[in-house]
Amino acid sequence: MEALLQQFDTLLLYVFAALSLAGAVAMLVLQHPMRVALALVATMIWLGAIYGLLGVHFIAAFQILIYVSAVMVFIVFVIMLLDVRDLSFTQRFSKLLVPGAIAAVVFFLVLARAFWRNVDSPLATTTAGFGIAQFAADFLQTYWLQFEVTSVLLVAAVVAAIAVVKADQRDHG
Amino acid sequence: MDKLQLLMLLALALFSVGLLGVVIRRNLLVMLMCMELMLNAANLSLVTLARQTDTTAGAVLVFLVFVVAAAEIAIAIPIVLLLVKRRHTLDADAYADLKG
Repeated sequence: MEALLQQFDTLLLYVFAALSLAGAVAMLVLQHPMRVALALVATMIWLGAIYGLLGVHFIAAFQILIYVSAVMVFIVFVIMLLDVRDLSFTQRFSKLLVPGAIAAVVFFLVLARAFWRNVDSPLATTTAGFGIAQFAADFLQTYWLQFEVTSVLLVAAVVAAIAVVKADQRDHG
Repeated sequence: MDKLQLLMLLALALFSVGLLGVVIRRNLLVMLMCMELMLNAANLSLVTLARQTDTTAGAVLVFLVFVVAAAEIAIAIPIVLLLVKRRHTLDADAYADLKG
């Protein structure tokens, strides 16, 4: 029974990996930005499922909460806000389609080869891993400085967003 | 194929696809979304390696990437909105003024 469950886990991992890759490829070929956004949402949800399978449930939850809920809702909102008469999206690809595709394949092969040579130990899926308690303790005890810098970064982002809007208002009176 | 290899290859593939999307697509919002895909691929590799070494450092880094992604979108979206306000198009080729 245990071995069967283990095999089912592996099968699910392959299915989720294939689905997320399919979503990413769909992002390349779909025409309308809204469909691209929905393909990206699907990819993010499947990646969240992979995180769940790996046993890091809190990252899966935050993947859904922050990426799918906050970031993607923002992007979908902007897509709907923009001019629907702008038909520039009907021309999907730029002139760099062929060289870009070749470069991306070469990039992938080089990275995959570099990784393949350096891989040594298999993935530790047998251990329980770390839970949110250990993560939270480490986050606020060992990495508290990064946590504080994060808040400074967020404030800077908000100020920058306001500054961008103000600069435009000044230019246009 | 081992799970580690599968997930790292998936992360590499997602990153390559995202990079390809930024290069070949013309729509500004689609290019932004492809950048989000690249961040997601980096997150996947961080989570995989954090799981392999059973340390929390990778997970902490994932949270920092979440914050960077949120900040990036919060700044990039107003910039895109202002660009569209000036030229009334999302086509990236309309903003090629700096080209020599």
